[in-house]
Amino acid sequence: MSASPSYGSRPWTFYALALLFTLFVIFLYGPMIAVLVLSFQGPSASLVFPLRDPGFMWFDELFSPRRTGDVAGAFNRSLPLAILVMLLTVLISVTAGFAFRRRFRGSTAIFYMAIASLIVPGLVLSIGILVTFRYLGLSATWYGSALGAHLSWALPFGLLIMFAVLGRLNPSYEEAAHDLGASRWQTVKDVVVPIVFPGMIAVALFGFTLSYDEFPRSWLTVGTKNTLPLEIWTMTTNVTSPALYALGTVTTVVSFAVIALALSSIIIIQRRRSRGR
Amino acid sequence: MTPTPSTSKASLTTYLQVAPLTLVLILFFAIPVALVVVVSFFRYQMLVGIVPDFTLKNYIDLFSNPTTWTLYLSTLKFTLIVLVITFVLGFWIAYFLVFHVRNLITAIGLFLVCTVPFWTSNIIRMISWRPVLGTEGLINSALLKLGVIDQPLQWLLYSDFSVVVAYVHLFTLFMIVPIFNSMARIDKSLLEAAVDAGATRWGVVWNVVLPLCKTGIALGALFVVTLVMGDFFVVTVMSGGLSGSATSGIFNDLQFLNYPRAAANAVILLIVVLLIASAIFRLVDVRKELVR
Repeated sequence: MSASPSYGSRPWTFYALALLFTLFVIFLYGPMIAVLVLSFQGPSASLVFPLRDPGFMWFDELFSPRRTGDVAGAFNRSLPLAILVMLLTVLISVTAGFAFRRRFRGSTAIFYMAIASLIVPGLVLSIGILVTFRYLGLSATWYGSALGAHLSWALPFGLLIMFAVLGRLNPSYEEAAHDLGASRWQTVKDVVVPIVFPGMIAVALFGFTLSYDEFPRSWLTVGTKNTLPLEIWTMTTNVTSPALYALGTVTTVVSFAVIALALSSIIIIQRRRSRGR
Repeated sequence: MTPTPSTSKASLTTYLQVAPLTLVLILFFAIPVALVVVVSFFRYQMLVGIVPDFTLKNYIDLFSNPTTWTLYLSTLKFTLIVLVITFVLGFWIAYFLVFHVRNLITAIGLFLVCTVPFWTSNIIRMISWRPVLGTEGLINSALLKLGVIDQPLQWLLYSDFSVVVAYVHLFTLFMIVPIFNSMARIDKSLLEAAVDAGATRWGVVWNVVLPLCKTGIALGALFVVTLVMGDFFVVTVMSGGLSGSATSGIFNDLQFLNYPRAAANAVILLIVVLLIASAIFRLVDVRKELVR
């Protein structure tokens, strides 16, 4: 596995880079863990360590609309929106991925449009969609303009993943299935889908999280009712209690649940497949 | 162009398959961006709002305003610093995972450890620096306890330093993934051949590994540049409002509902980003590598 000149003892660079990697992981997770711990802060309402009388009071506070705004409502919009974006991203980018396996007129233009959509600053797009909706006489809503804004960023990601996945799908497999008498539908069901499925889960994970956490593209496009990242943004400016950290913990738990679900289903599929053959 | 060049010609099915994607991109990308360009030439009138017109006033306003230049300079400064740090970190972390971790499962596991935070909320990750870097935060209290300092360090939070920390925290992943991807494709026997031919360890990195992950580096740079250039929120929160970015101007105009000038500012930002992107695309044929 190793490319280092010697296969025996590890070179000193291994230890140097292992140290760098460890420090990076601490850098990556340390602050998140700090927020997680501090969300259990007691009634002292201190925003920093030490943790005194830990409890769940800030989680209770979070879902009582007295002080912290409409957190529950934001959840009720963010989750359906993320699921909708996820489903549409899988559907649209998978079918588009298959189209790109053939040469067709306009493929280059569509490809570059997708890349441009990926790199256009979110705020610029947000303004554009708001103005477009205004001229169309439509009002901005989370299930309309915000959905479109999220798709314009999730679809190119999905497409790029599909390119990587379909690159591994050799057309001769399908030809072989056809030669062996499989119908078109059987070929898709028994040959194509099993190969592409883990990639589809990856696309779904991207679709969900890109929407669930998206801020700049949501900012002007959600209309009058906030999604979760916007609610958090509002809270950063006017809530100075650990309730903010509690909200951070809740959203992070949701994200982790989704990630765990996606990764474990990929592992289960791979395992079942290797056992089945 | 196609991921797997197939001989069959495009049929109606192909166009049907690509139609939903095209439709969404036209409706929610092409038309909105085109409208931003159009509106940037419109006139803004108090109480009335957007008045259709053809005027260069918004652009002249922006270019003659020294604040615009300061903001763009500050953004470019952040972009460069963050680009360098994320590249160095991303390159060596990917190198470690691909060439030093001998067990493939371990390498994938460690790679996932790096990617998991990407799927969690950016805003929360940004805010999570407050209890760490603040005046009474973890770093300051630790340093005070150790007697290294006797006054809390003020420059840790709400400074250029904390802005860079947050950017590196949020965006290094965008370097690691593409670089990891291109490094993993390098045939390991190439490196052994280089060593056998007498190359030093650094020689191998410099002459073999680095050129072979040009695509990954270019893609990573593209992501980091566009993310930092287009950011408004990190710079605002982490600098405590002290620093601005190219998008701060847009934000201010929007608060006064001055859409035409916000649009003009957005067009300038878009042009700068596209220029950088096309420079990167010119260096490396990203498309060829992507759909290979």
